Amino acid sequence: MDLFEHQGKELFARYGLPVPTGEVAFSPDDAVAAASRLGLPVVVKAQVHTGGRGKAGGVKLAADLDAVRSHAAGILGLDISGHIVRRLWIEQASDIAEEYYASFTLDRSARKHLGMLSAEGGVDIETVAARDPDAIARIHIDPVNGLTQPACRQWVQAARIPGSVADVVADVLVTLYGAYVDADADLVEVNPLIVTSSEDVVLLDSKVTLDANSAFRHDDYAQYDATQTRDEREQAAHAKRLQYVGLDGSVGVIANGAGLAMSTVDVVNQVGGSPANFLDIGGGANAEVMAGALEVINNDPAVRAILINIFGGITRGEEIANGIIEATRRVDIDSPIVIRLDGTNAAEGRELLEPHLGGALMMEPTMLDAARRAVELAGAANGQVQP
Amino acid sequence: MSIFVDESTRVVYQGLTGSQGRYYGLLNRDYGTQVVAGTNPRKAGTDVDGVPIFATVADAAAATGATVSCVFIPAPGVPGAVLEAAEAGMELVVVITEGVPAHDEAFLFNKLRRDHPDVRLLGPNCPGIISPGKCNIGITAGHIAEPGGPVGIVSRSGTLTYQALYELKQQQIGVTTCVGIGGDPVPGTTFVDCLAAFEADPETRAVMMIGEIGGSAEEEAADFIAGHMTKPVVAYVAGVTAPPGKKMGHAGAIVSGGKGTAAAKMEALTSAGARVGQNPTEAGELMVEIVASL
Ligand SMILES: Nc1ncnc2c1ncn2[C@@H]1O[C@H](COP(=O)(O)OP(=O)(O)OP(=O)(O)O)[C@@H](O)[C@H]1O
Ligand SMILES: [Mg+2]
Repeated sequence: MDLFEHQGKELFARYGLPVPTGEVAFSPDDAVAAASRLGLPVVVKAQVHTGGRGKAGGVKLAADLDAVRSHAAGILGLDISGHIVRRLWIEQASDIAEEYYASFTLDRSARKHLGMLSAEGGVDIETVAARDPDAIARIHIDPVNGLTQPACRQWVQAARIPGSVADVVADVLVTLYGAYVDADADLVEVNPLIVTSSEDVVLLDSKVTLDANSAFRHDDYAQYDATQTRDEREQAAHAKRLQYVGLDGSVGVIANGAGLAMSTVDVVNQVGGSPANFLDIGGGANAEVMAGALEVINNDPAVRAILINIFGGITRGEEIANGIIEATRRVDIDSPIVIRLDGTNAAEGRELLEPHLGGALMMEPTMLDAARRAVELAGAANGQVQP
Repeated sequence: MSIFVDESTRVVYQGLTGSQGRYYGLLNRDYGTQVVAGTNPRKAGTDVDGVPIFATVADAAAATGATVSCVFIPAPGVPGAVLEAAEAGMELVVVITEGVPAHDEAFLFNKLRRDHPDVRLLGPNCPGIISPGKCNIGITAGHIAEPGGPVGIVSRSGTLTYQALYELKQQQIGVTTCVGIGGDPVPGTTFVDCLAAFEADPETRAVMMIGEIGGSAEEEAADFIAGHMTKPVVAYVAGVTAPPGKKMGHAGAIVSGGKGTAAAKMEALTSAGARVGQNPTEAGELMVEIVASL
């Protein structure tokens, strides 16, 4: 779950970390009003769930209110790597002397937390990482012991942070690590972490991703969940608690289990089609869930054919077949459906489906056959000839 | 033979009194698993369909000789449950529960490594482990697995594992043990752990491994295969065409350095000498070929 920059900064502030003062704005008028309260100069910043905003023209310094208005008008509606700007953050401008880079994330291979720190922060950090990996000091942190002061000091030194601010930076990093752990973040990244000309250390940007699995111990997660960017289909699926990712093809995919769903998407591609989505309905595959899944897919105007790929384990073929039959009764489906049903009691399940076949409901014995058929149907509906 | 569990394995279920625990625990018992105890501090002295309930894992172990625990406790209670099992001397703790926070998993892994290095954690968020015909712990449908050998299976994905078991059974190919390690960020048991155990198991003569995009577990497995495996390995990696996940910051790109995509994983596995299938069916066919040539 991704946070907007301002949400991340508000989170940082709760841990006593130094962040600039600012306000959220949804229109140029809002922005001007915010700027007059904050005092000039301000920076007008696009709030989107992606980085590289500065390079895309989504971060602009404004010395007067006219500039605030015109920057706000220019940035609202801007497309930054597929994210449309709908919200701004207006904050007091800082007087930057140095830009550092700092982040904490989980290193899955090391099974430890990883801190990365560089004295060469700012918008070009990935170039720095590629050109001179040594410019980024890394520290692996054992979650049992945490980040100790002495270890942090060494790390700061290794990153070639100047001695005059080293202690302050180390304190900030220890607190930031505490926030990362306490908030159950997958990522906290501060780029830039700045030193001002009066040698104050300030967190000037925030990228925070939280682990949705830990929502049960965080009351504030609901508010972030409400501001996630999802397209209409994803929103509908989210409301039904389905594991759905929107893609841009024409074959709607429903499978049980994330691995099988991913594999189904792969196979649709391999036989020359393009999947409209990834959708995992989990182990149960009952009528309720199946109907919800079909509804979401059916509402996607790009879908021309639907592929249901179910493998029965503990859930038996008959239950799955009944779920599909019941679901197709409840939802008025526009596209043809190809079913592949295998696994426990597959034969019994197929027998139940048999009388319903013909017309828009079809069945194929294997995953590959079913994918081929669905892709063919989608192509025919598009008026294309499939290979 | 089999790895990690067999017919002599005695299992205690933490959460046997809950609906999931009861359902799968009793299914496991029907399969033939020695389901000897359950735990629930508020229900000690009662039983679940004849399986005695104890207050703690330690009590259960003392009374029944259980050495393996299976955890069906809801996510918030998982770290406590695993540490309780470890302190009670369990050799293997199988956590089926999904939705465990990544920070908890990272903490558990390191805590066990430091304080209980002999305890093996499997999962969280895994389907469990089955040595067909001997012992089935978790949520795998036992009847879709053919007992015997010569194939060992290790997988990050639930349904794809069932499909692999099923396809091998259709060809009457037996499986020594099938381990579902789960797809979470910090699994207790890795591909490498399982590959090493299969390499050492005389009855396992070929290994099927099923991976997924994300992380670098498959690349680490590839290194192990190249350096230490004498037995043939067939691999499949799901997610070749998955769109790259939304990236917020730069940290992911700086850390991963090209690892993590299905293509990179398949390439690593191929150059390590594994046979890689483009889809689950092809992987199954490759395994049939290999078994025929053993
Ligand atoms: N409050 C501020 N005062 C002065 N300059 C600022 C302020 N906020 C941002 N900047 C400048 O704009 C640059 C880009 O802003 P910021 O880092 O917030 O966005 P970004 O481009 O999305 O970052 P990234 O490249 O890390 O994704 C900063 O490196 C900094 O030089
Ligand atoms: Mg930045």
